[in-house]
Amino acid sequence: MCLAIPVKIIKIDGDKAEVDASGIRKEASLKLLPNVNVGDYVLIHAGFAIQKLDEEQALESLKLWSELNEIH
Amino acid sequence: MENILLAHGGGGRLTKKLIEEIFISELGNEVLSKLDDSAIFEHEGGKLAFTTDSYVVNPIFFPGGDIGKLAVYGTVNDLSVAGARPLYISLGLIIEEGFPIDELKKIVKSIKEAASFAKVKIVCGDTKVVEKGSADKIFINTSGIGKIISHEISSTKALPGDKVILSGSIGDHGIAVLQARAQIHFKSNIESDCAPLNALVEKMLSSKNSVHAMRDPTRGGLATLLNEIAKSSNVNIFINEEKIPIKEEVRGACELLGLDPLYLANEGKLVAFVDGKTAEGILSRMKKDPNGIDASIIGEAKKGKGTVILKTKIGGERIVDTFSGEQLPRIC
Amino acid sequence: MKYIDEFRDKKSVEKIADKIRELNVSAKLMEVCGTHTMAIFQHGIRSLLPEGVKLLSGPGCPVCVTPSSDIDLAIEIANRPDTIITTFGDMMKVPGRRSSLSKEKASGKDIRIVYSPTDALNIAKENKNKNVVFLAVGFETTSPTIASTIKEAADSKVDNFFILDSLKKIPEAMMALLNMGEVEVDGFLCPGHVSVVIGSGPYEFIPRDYGIPCVISGFEPLDIMQSIYMLLLQIKERNPKVEIQYKRAVKPTGNLEALKILFDVFEAGDSTWRGLGKIPGSGLRLKPEYSQFDALKAFDIKADETIEKDECFCGKILRGVKLPTDCKLFSRSCTPENPLGPCMVSSEGTCAAYYKYGRK
Repeated sequence: MCLAIPVKIIKIDGDKAEVDASGIRKEASLKLLPNVNVGDYVLIHAGFAIQKLDEEQALESLKLWSELNEIH
Repeated sequence: MENILLAHGGGGRLTKKLIEEIFISELGNEVLSKLDDSAIFEHEGGKLAFTTDSYVVNPIFFPGGDIGKLAVYGTVNDLSVAGARPLYISLGLIIEEGFPIDELKKIVKSIKEAASFAKVKIVCGDTKVVEKGSADKIFINTSGIGKIISHEISSTKALPGDKVILSGSIGDHGIAVLQARAQIHFKSNIESDCAPLNALVEKMLSSKNSVHAMRDPTRGGLATLLNEIAKSSNVNIFINEEKIPIKEEVRGACELLGLDPLYLANEGKLVAFVDGKTAEGILSRMKKDPNGIDASIIGEAKKGKGTVILKTKIGGERIVDTFSGEQLPRIC
Repeated sequence: MKYIDEFRDKKSVEKIADKIRELNVSAKLMEVCGTHTMAIFQHGIRSLLPEGVKLLSGPGCPVCVTPSSDIDLAIEIANRPDTIITTFGDMMKVPGRRSSLSKEKASGKDIRIVYSPTDALNIAKENKNKNVVFLAVGFETTSPTIASTIKEAADSKVDNFFILDSLKKIPEAMMALLNMGEVEVDGFLCPGHVSVVIGSGPYEFIPRDYGIPCVISGFEPLDIMQSIYMLLLQIKERNPKVEIQYKRAVKPTGNLEALKILFDVFEAGDSTWRGLGKIPGSGLRLKPEYSQFDALKAFDIKADETIEKDECFCGKILRGVKLPTDCKLFSRSCTPENPLGPCMVSSEGTCAAYYKYGRK
């Protein structure tokens, strides 16, 4: 129940950000996620950024399937 | 005078003035300028295709087009996919009282350009004005006549073994209009794909009798259209998500708003069911046309009872149903 | 790394599908979240799973579980003069007892779809002579966005903006479900975006008190497949716990800033869920210092008690006890064009998803 998609922060103006989703530009509020920077990827839901995406963790998740080979 | 008045639709002097100044000045030709009730023109015999459509798009101006351009190309395409060369179009306008004449002029100019580009003639017309509130700015009705230049092409004629060709990317028009409606505020470079397909179709038809069924996926999108053909022809249709062209930005907008591109409107695309043996040849000819550069074989028809099945990008399978109602942006 | 296509890689999905098959575990897994239901159907994930692994849909569809009385309230307010109703698109076609928001809009009421509660507040600012009521529907992903908007309304001293509160909390619903005893679930696929806000703590009671595995899952195909694998492994190893698959977005503590803002404005309260009845502490209501934004108070109306009709199986479907195909009305008198219950109306409702994607 909650459509939130990864977008890139392009601009920050106070507690508002301009974000990019595959070329679509939208405004999003940073009130729920104050400590972000231009260039960060965040999840946005209903016009608000709700979490910053952790690249390291993402890469780990992607590697997980190959680790499955080793566990079994 | 800045706005359309009810009197402009009255049939008297103001109507005549409107027609001369706005319509004839731009669209006048040897047939239209006669201003007869019907358009009479020479025809050497053979089958004619005849179509009608109404255009009520909101907003009337959107990235990549407007209601006028849409009306001409929409009519041209309805004739083309029936295997006809579009020739003549009628133009009926219903205009809301108070509509700015400047905007009307823009629309008519657009109609002129579209007709010229698609090589069709506007040969007769009608204008009515209704009270404020009785129409949403302007509605356009067209009828179109074309000369059949091919064997019979129909939604009922797709066969098992046919390959399904899509002429280009889906969802452009749907997203362009959504953006212009400005209910949801987003910026993009997406433009409507509004375009005439007659030249593209004629390239496809040079393969004698290979095109069995052909339609343009307008309202309801690709999914709805495939379902209609599947049921009319009594076949199952298998399509491959990986082969369906979609622009990156359209995909982005769909992800953002929770929309499925398979159900978005297109105004410059066609879907054709062609003989399996000639599919590659037809595809390469399509790619030589500006409106077929991204054409792709997206699937095939098989024996069945009218179901459309999609193979997803990750190798899964699901059924694609006809959409019911209007697709709304969602947060869940 | 753009975080979408990488998690839709076909080969990776195939590998995990193989690994799931190799585990050779049969299980009934409940995907709590409606967005998971949609994603599973859209990508055709069921077709990649072995026979013994069954996926059930739970009550995580706010549209599905909103009682029709809430829609009736919105319609009643829409009929008041100088009022604008603003809502997420999801709610437009949900049937109330006599009508729906989309039917009311067609008959001329000022009802507008918004993408964000901020848009609703802006409409209020631009229409000072009208009352703007926002239909606040959603779970913990959405409620902080509404809390933040209310704070902004308070700071800007906007006096014509109100919410019709239908906000709900997921962990309480999961507990109620488990206490009903009617559900046979071997593992929970927990909602990834709710968990972005609340973290993993609120689910700890499930493996601890009920011995049922939980995996907090993302929404891309690879996320879902990994999460299914992780659940089956927990089942096989008889080692139930709460695991986070969606590590790139979910921290164990959640989003503390969002939680702070949420609980500045809202506090827990009782809430009625279609299909589950009244669940204590499962809703959110405005704290007294923000009560001026409560539409019920401002318009002086009370909610009706929902009288559930028995014909519709929605309740049993929401609890995962029955499938849409078990309901006599499914795809006969109850279709997306003519939905009788919210499970069919919501595009992510179990019945609508089955109808669109799963019906053979």
